[in-house]
Order: sequence, then C-alpha cells, then structure tokens
Amino acid sequence: MNIDTHAAHAHDHHHDDGHAHSTFSGYMLGFVLSVVLTAIPFWLVMSGTLPSKQITALVIMAFAVVQIVVHMIYFLHMSPKSENGWSMMALIFTIVMVVIALSGSLWVMNHLNSNMMPIHEMTGMK
Amino acid sequence: MSPDLLKLIFGRLGLDSLPLHEPILVATFVMVALCGGALFAGVTYFRLWGYLWREWFTTVDHKRIGIMYMILGIVMLLRGFADALMMRAQQALAFNGSEGFLPAHHYDQVFTAHGVIMIFFVAMPLVTGLMNYVVPLQIGARDVSFPFLNNFSFWMTVGGAVLVMASLFIGEFARTGWLAYPPLSNIGYSPDVGVDYYIWALQVAGVGTTLSGINLICTIVKLRCPGMTMMKMPVFTWTALCTNILIVASFPVLTVVLALLSLDRYVGTNFFTNDFGGSPMMYVNLIWIWGHPEVYILVLPAFGIFSEVTSTFSGKRLFGYTSMVYATVVITILSYLVWLHHFFTMGSGASVNSFFGITTMIISIPTGAKMFNWLFTMYRGRIRFELPMLWTIAFMLTFVLGGMTGVLLAVPPADFVLHNSLFLIAHFHNVIIGGVVFGAFAGINYWFPKAFGFKLDPFWGKLSFWFWVTGFYMAFMPLYVLGLMGVTRRLRVFDDPSLQIWFVIAAIGAGLVFLGILCMLMQFAVSFLKREQLKDVTGDPWDARTLEWATSSPPPDYNFAFTPVVHDNDAWWDMKKRGYQRPLTGFKPIHMPSSTGTGIILAGLATAMGFGLIWYIWWLAAASFIAMLAVGIGHTFNYHRDFDIPADDVIRAEDSRTKLLAGAK
Repeated sequence: MNIDTHAAHAHDHHHDDGHAHSTFSGYMLGFVLSVVLTAIPFWLVMSGTLPSKQITALVIMAFAVVQIVVHMIYFLHMSPKSENGWSMMALIFTIVMVVIALSGSLWVMNHLNSNMMPIHEMTGMK
Repeated sequence: MSPDLLKLIFGRLGLDSLPLHEPILVATFVMVALCGGALFAGVTYFRLWGYLWREWFTTVDHKRIGIMYMILGIVMLLRGFADALMMRAQQALAFNGSEGFLPAHHYDQVFTAHGVIMIFFVAMPLVTGLMNYVVPLQIGARDVSFPFLNNFSFWMTVGGAVLVMASLFIGEFARTGWLAYPPLSNIGYSPDVGVDYYIWALQVAGVGTTLSGINLICTIVKLRCPGMTMMKMPVFTWTALCTNILIVASFPVLTVVLALLSLDRYVGTNFFTNDFGGSPMMYVNLIWIWGHPEVYILVLPAFGIFSEVTSTFSGKRLFGYTSMVYATVVITILSYLVWLHHFFTMGSGASVNSFFGITTMIISIPTGAKMFNWLFTMYRGRIRFELPMLWTIAFMLTFVLGGMTGVLLAVPPADFVLHNSLFLIAHFHNVIIGGVVFGAFAGINYWFPKAFGFKLDPFWGKLSFWFWVTGFYMAFMPLYVLGLMGVTRRLRVFDDPSLQIWFVIAAIGAGLVFLGILCMLMQFAVSFLKREQLKDVTGDPWDARTLEWATSSPPPDYNFAFTPVVHDNDAWWDMKKRGYQRPLTGFKPIHMPSSTGTGIILAGLATAMGFGLIWYIWWLAAASFIAMLAVGIGHTFNYHRDFDIPADDVIRAEDSRTKLLAGAK
C-alpha cells in the first residue's frame, strides 16, 4: 500500500501476477463455444429429435452445466491457479453451499408436501 | 386539497398514522424529542457539526467506522432492552384477570421489534464494529480493502436502524414475530405498514452487511502483512474470515426471501400465500437457510474474542491453535446443514428430522473442542482476572449451559414437546447473551484502551459485570422451568396464577440486567472523566500477543508507519521476546484513501426510498432511486480518492510516540 510495496509490485508484474491472461482468441473461443452450446438445445427442442421430453430436458441441463464451465474459464478467467487458488476455493465453497441449499430444500419441501398438504388439494392441483 | 392529491403526495401516510392514542408511545416520543433536541442543540452550540461531518460521518478510516458501529449497537441496545423490560413487566402483571398494561396490538409489535433490533441492530453492529476495528490492525494493514465501501456499509446499517426507529412514531411495526412468517405477514393478514417497515429496514441494512462481509473477506485474504500465512493469523481474524464468508453466502438468501415476500405484498404474486399454489412452508425453509448461519455469524467472532482474551490474560500461547482453526471452519460448513431444526414440528417426517437432529448434535463437537482449548489455555496459566477475562469466564459457564439445552432441543421428540415454548426462548437467550453479548463486552473492555488510549474503569465495570450475570440467570432460568411446564412464547395474558411467581422472578432479573446496563454507561462516563489516571501510553496495556498492540493507542491514521513482518502466531509477543526495536527514522509519505460524503448520502437516499415504499409514496421512492443512481454514477467521476500523508506528519506522530514511550519507562 505504501510506495515501497507499489514499486515492488510493479517489479514482479511481468513474472506472475496470479491472474489468468485474457486474449482475443480466448474470448472468441468462449463466444463460439457458448453459441454452439446454446444452439444445440434450441435445435433439440425445435426439432424434437430425442424420443421423450424428459430426456430432452436432461440433455439441456447437461449443456447448461457445460455452458457454466465455459463461461467460468473463458470469461471469468478462472483456473485452479488464479488468485493463488482462492478462486478455486471460493468456487468449491459456492458449489457446496448451493448444492446443500438446493438439494436440502427439495428434500425437505418434498417431504413436507407429501406429509402436510391436504390430499384433495393435491389432486385438485394436478 | 382533494383526497386523491393527498394520496398522491403522502401515500398511506396521514395524521392518523401517528400513534397519538397510545400514551406509552406519546411519552416515549416526548422523551426522545427532548433528548434528541438537547443533543442537537449541544452539538450546534459547541459547533461540532463540521467536526463530526469531516472527521466521523465521511471518514473511511476503519477504526472510526468500527467505533461508530459500536455506538450504533449500544444505542440500539437501549431501545431493544426497553422492549424487553416492557415484555417482562407485562408478563409479570397479566395474571388473575389483569390485562397488564400493553394492549395486544402494541405487545405484538414490542416482541417483534425486540427480536429484530437485538439481532440486526445490536448484535450485528457490535460484532461488525469489533471486526472492523480489530482485523486490519491484527493483520498489519493500513485500512480495509475498500475503505469507501466500508463507510457506505455502515451508513446502510444505520439506514435500516432509522427505519425501525421511525416505525415507533410514524405508523407501527410488524406484529408477526421477528422472522415475519407468512401467511400472517402476507397482505391479507397484515395489511398495514408494519411488515413493510420490517422488510425495508432489513433490506437496506442487509445491503450494508453483505458489502461489509465482502470487504472484510477481501481485506483478510489480500492485505495480510508479510510473513502472516493463513495458519499464522490470529484466531480472531480467522473467526472474522469465517463469519464474513457466512455473511456473503447466507445474506443473499435473506434478501431473496424478503424480495419474494414483498412481491407477494406489493404486486400480488403467490409465492407464500395459502392458495394459488403458494407455500408458506417454503418461506420458513428459506429464511432458516439464512437464519441458522446467522447465529454462527454472531457467535464465531465472539469465540475469536474469547480466544484472544484467554491467551492474553493467562499469559500463555493459545492451546491447540490448529484445532481452533479447524473447529471454526467445520462450524462454518456445518452451520449450513442444520437449519431444519428450527421447524422439526412442521412435519417433514422421521427421516428428515433425524438427519437434521444428528447434524445439530454433531455441531456441538467442534464447539466443545473450542471450550477445552480455552480451558487448557488457562490451565497452569498465570490468570489475571481483569474485566475481559471475567466476561470470558462468565461466557464459558453460561454458554456450556445454553449449549447443552441446545443439544436437548436437537432431539426431535424432545423438540416436539418444547417447540415454541419458553424453554426455547431461555435456550437462545442463554447462547446469544452468554455468547455474543458477553463476547462483545469482553471485546469492548479488551480493545477500548487500544481505541481511546485509556482503560475502562474496573470498579463500574465489575459492578456492571455482576449485575449482568446475576440478572441474566435470574431472568432466564425461570423461563426454562416455565417452558418445561408448557408455557409457550409470545403470550400476553395468563390464566394459571401458579405461574406468576416465575414471571416475577424473571422480571426482577431483567431489572438487574437494567442496572448492569446503567453501570456500563456509568463505566464509560467515569472512565472518560478519569482518563488521565487510566491512561496507557505504551499501546500495550495488557501485555498482549497480537499485532494490534504493536502500535500506539489510539493508533495513528495509518496504523503502522512501517508494515510489520511476522514470524509467529503471536506476532507481537514474538517481537517483544526477540527485543524488537521500534524504527525511529526513515519515515516516508504514506498513501491513504480520502474521506467522502457519498456513503452517507447514498444511504440516506436508500432510507428515503424505503420510507417511500413503506408508505406507498411512489414519487419519493422513484425520486430517491434515481437520485441514488445519479450520486453513485457521479461518485465514479470523483478522482480525489487518495492522498499522501506527508513524511513530516508521520515523523511528528512517531516522534511524539517515542517521547511517550520514553516517559513510560
């Protein structure tokens, strides 16, 4: 923060600053991949190639997950090494939290739904 | 004027919104107006407005912001405690056909406000204030990573507090309990402004909390001084890191839940309604995904304070540093796996309940490990029974008790008997007062000399300590008994006269706590008057172990003239042992962030927007929102963000410290 450390920073800037480098080709590759990964699900739904809707939905979900990874690598420049591993740690922590909150809520709410909702309303709703 | 025009200008706000029919509120208002008027006049008379604005309101110095958080917490403690006294008095009186002195309409607001204020505007500011003050000093940094953001976060928290306080005299507060469960909090059952005050107060303050969480994580990760690896960080900094990770991970959940509730209330969606496919149970589920981590957000920094205090006042290195760190991290993760224990009785069934019951019991293991670490730190130590240590010992006894009743409640069949009973109330006051409040008081007594350069008066401090501790036990042990007898929470009147004696005892206990609070205020006043006698010039009055004690008290704006280099967990202890010499020459200009009024202006606008939304004054909400955007964008054109403290000033400050230190020897 003071002038000394500033100078020191400027010095080792070109060695390794812990950031993944962003290049034009990197952005282009990411962009093309995203477009392809978006176009395929659209095509799947519009052409109805796959036999059942459920399989289509699952495949789209899989594409979405790949899409997230593409964004993280090419647009957010995340790698196991970026920020001295802190981005990776933060990502793992976030995934753990999101999985706990989502799967936990689904599990809890599913049980609550089957135990607590009046039967006639359930049939009425479906 | 036509009613339509009035409605356009004032929304739902009218003269009848002022609670003139409530004598208690009118009297309170008169008191507040008199005290506030006197304060205002005093500040004006002594021409302090300019000083306050320049040196405090617009400051980006983490130390001053920390102190302002503490002041906010203590002021709001008085409000929250006034609510507590009213509840205790009401419950002690309302027997044998007596209705007590609070009508239901008012009583329900009192218990809601008590909970909301104590958690969000007392415990959170106290904890955030201590972290703000201490963490940068402990890691050898000159400020937090984003000093302006820090100022903005503080004022957003104040904005939330202002909205809650405004509800006392303009309109009313929620009557739903502190978590505002739907369907009661939905528009059909709570059509008035109470729940809207609740929502917008928490949303405004929540922005501040989340941003200060991000800020402190970044500070701890990025600004540690050379040599301070993760496993050389002081335990308080570790707990602060984990707490802020919890804040950043959980507060967005609260924000979203409240946003969904406001959609239900404002635009007629059906997320949490009884019909049209809404599920109030989902609200309960989501709000506890935030709510359980929240209690660990509060208690983890308290654990950190106790760790620092125990090792300092035992004159020993903390026992089991590594296990302490791992226990903290394990608690951080586990705190996300237990939320359902708040609603075992909602009916998720045996499998779900047993899973969450077991995870809840598991969380007591790392907590127990911490307790043993503190005990082993004290074992064969040369313990000095100064005030911070007294609070720590009171915590250890009280928190173990509260923890054990918590494990009891974690057993689902037992919980079915005790759910929503006064046993639960006794349990969580036992852990929050015994853990968080005692921790904050230990921290205040411990770090006060660092912040102001003189110790707090021990006589009034001890008086306050004994009133608080005995008062706490008298106020809450009867509630355990009543809870076991089946008395539920939030009751206003009672039929069974045999219960009255317990409520009277509890009310007396609350009275003792009141004396404890008065003694604490007295302690501050007396210490200020006796500041010359209590003065500490060394900067290290307790012979302590961590870096914050390496600099002067109060620390200079820049904290450390030279960034320290750390070789040991107990960095300052290590430096003292190796005969550290303060550098006396070679000072350079120091690069620091500049003060800015943008934070307080933005937060003021956010508060105005909240007020507009609460009262349906749409033009006010829209205008403040647009103004917020304008000020925010305008701030990006502010290029005067930093300045250099000239080397001469640094030399002057350091030389005066050298003289003081020479005088002390």
